[in-house]
Amino acid sequence: MLKAIFYILVFPGFLFLFMFGFIAEYVDRKLCARFQNRIGPPWFQPVADFIKLISKEKIIPQEADATIFILMPLLALAASIAPILYIPIWSEHAAFSFDGDIIVVLYLLTVTKLAYFLGGWYSRSVYSMIGAVRSLTQLFAYEVPLFLCILAPAMLADTWSLSGMVSFYNHHLGYWFCNILGFAVALVSLLGKLEKVPFDIPEAETEIVAGAFTEYSGGLLAMLRMSLNIEMVTGVSLLVAVFLPFGLKLHSPAVIVLIYLAEVFLIIAVITLLRSLFARLRLDQMINFCWKYLAPLALAQVVVNLILKGVLPR
Amino acid sequence: MHDPRDVQVPIGPQHPALKEPESFLISLHGEKITDATIKLGYNHRGIEKGCEERSYIRDLYLVERICGICSHSHSTCFVQAVEEIAGLEIPPRAKYIRTLISELERIHSHLLWLGVAGHEVGFDTLLMYTWRDREVVMDVLALISGNRVNYSMNTIGGVRRDITPKQKEEVLKATGILEERTKYYIWLAQNESTLLERLSKVGTLSRDDAERLGAVGPTARASGIAHDVRKDDPYAAYAELDFKVITANQCDVYGRTLVRLGELMESYSMVRQIMQKLPDGPISIKAPRKIPAGQAVSRYEAPRGEDFHYVRSNGTDKPDRVKVRAPTLANIQAVAKMLEGGYLADLPIVIAAIDPCFSCTDRLISLRQTDAQSKNTATWESLRLKGIEWYKSKGIDFSSLNKKLAESL
Repeated sequence: MLKAIFYILVFPGFLFLFMFGFIAEYVDRKLCARFQNRIGPPWFQPVADFIKLISKEKIIPQEADATIFILMPLLALAASIAPILYIPIWSEHAAFSFDGDIIVVLYLLTVTKLAYFLGGWYSRSVYSMIGAVRSLTQLFAYEVPLFLCILAPAMLADTWSLSGMVSFYNHHLGYWFCNILGFAVALVSLLGKLEKVPFDIPEAETEIVAGAFTEYSGGLLAMLRMSLNIEMVTGVSLLVAVFLPFGLKLHSPAVIVLIYLAEVFLIIAVITLLRSLFARLRLDQMINFCWKYLAPLALAQVVVNLILKGVLPR
Repeated sequence: MHDPRDVQVPIGPQHPALKEPESFLISLHGEKITDATIKLGYNHRGIEKGCEERSYIRDLYLVERICGICSHSHSTCFVQAVEEIAGLEIPPRAKYIRTLISELERIHSHLLWLGVAGHEVGFDTLLMYTWRDREVVMDVLALISGNRVNYSMNTIGGVRRDITPKQKEEVLKATGILEERTKYYIWLAQNESTLLERLSKVGTLSRDDAERLGAVGPTARASGIAHDVRKDDPYAAYAELDFKVITANQCDVYGRTLVRLGELMESYSMVRQIMQKLPDGPISIKAPRKIPAGQAVSRYEAPRGEDFHYVRSNGTDKPDRVKVRAPTLANIQAVAKMLEGGYLADLPIVIAAIDPCFSCTDRLISLRQTDAQSKNTATWESLRLKGIEWYKSKGIDFSSLNKKLAESL
């Protein structure tokens, strides 16, 4: 019982993700600034922003549904933290695991988007509503390729649990190469999930101000931004667990955690590089791109893995 | 035509896509724009009226502040009209210096536009890069005139500052750097796939529509109309310079980008020619304080298009009437046409593509009494009285202060 509470509240749960979210945001912002030939923020900037937002007045629009308006940031934060409990970080086994937790993780990551949608929709402002609808429309574009890409390695490993997958790939290191195509597709889909350029359509500031978050202020906005940061960390962690499960066989948990952190920062750096390279696509272009290129590629990965499963020795 | 399911989205008067207050009321069907209503008049500053209250020399500084980007354009356009009425022929060196500043201004304005366009399509890296490079030309302008934005170079009868050989070198050096960078941006605009996706086939304005709606400047030239005041009706030293009028046939935002980038390259070549041909001699001639009665119209190719000033004098040291038609006013009608049938996501870039300057455009206001059918137009004096009364009703009374001021004098 005490152990479970420790997992949820301290490591790898709330407290750890809280700090990690700040660091991830800082790395993202600083790298982006350097790519754009700017100096970038000092290391404490994300924390300072958070404290500032917390201390600001919390305004709830008159027309908004107050209960949902307040509850949704909480739900988003909770849903973005929960998946980490099923992702192996310090050994081959996650804090909790059961056969089928991969579905739960994907589901929880979708719930955050649903929370943004509901929060935006019940703000009753035009910008929020358009942003919310865009957020949901975009969901249908990237979700399918992302799910297929993450399920394909699971098929090869013949397990529906992340811990099981990690231990399978650690015992068959060469099999990792089968999933490279899926990794690339999943990385691009993740850009859509995290709403980063070129897929930051739901919060395109020059069109719809801040999208679903337009009406949020003060502590609620701080919570939403924190959940965005944590979503980035957990999303990337999922990718690390599925596609880069290296070194989890080692004996020292500290070394494993260090390897995990290095991999996460590597992927964040790639995401930041991509987001400073492109212009924002339009919603129709984004959906076209996802269904025309990403979904068939993801399907190809599934087919390849199904064939390999029959061919390769176990 | 109006579908009840359509959503009305107000873009402006306050909106992050707009740098100045202006209202675009958009009807949306899903993500498609079905109707756009443009409302001007949020930023009227009474500059034309202000010009009538001041002497010609003081007017120069006022018209320079019509626009923060093309400040030299407005002051040159105004001073050309005044010089025409007074019958002044300015020295050739002054003409060349005016042309130099005007081309440097075009360079800084077009680089600024490129960055804004990048920001509107979510390509912030382009914004950061172009604005960094824009600093080079801003530094050159500051070196020559002492100012980054309002150069105060013009005076009636010439210019106020000369160019030293040292400055000449600096200008040529900066031109070289900028030319390299611009070549890179041209390559980028033609090859970066997401940028191409966002710019081409967006905000189309056919040649016929551009002519019918009276578009000017790069907006018209991107629709294939080779109209450029510098070529059609040369002023300053443009008749002696060799340059091409850049046009494009794409008729969309991509075309407008190519035209502006092409014009940048032409501007660099013009700056070099000016430096080569710069004649010796005085930079200004003495101008009379009182301008004889008469009227004149002056045209000028500002970075955003044709600028137009009308000045009427009455023999005193103050103009009788000044009328300014900024290029944005000519282009704003075309925006509604460009937006039709487009996507909401394209709205910022379509508006930005005409390089709008709304505060330059908001010029005229006419107040009519709303009661009965009275056709009385509010006069300057009645507006002034109304203002005083309004403040009194709010408990703010300046009359005692005015009395004190009068006694102390």
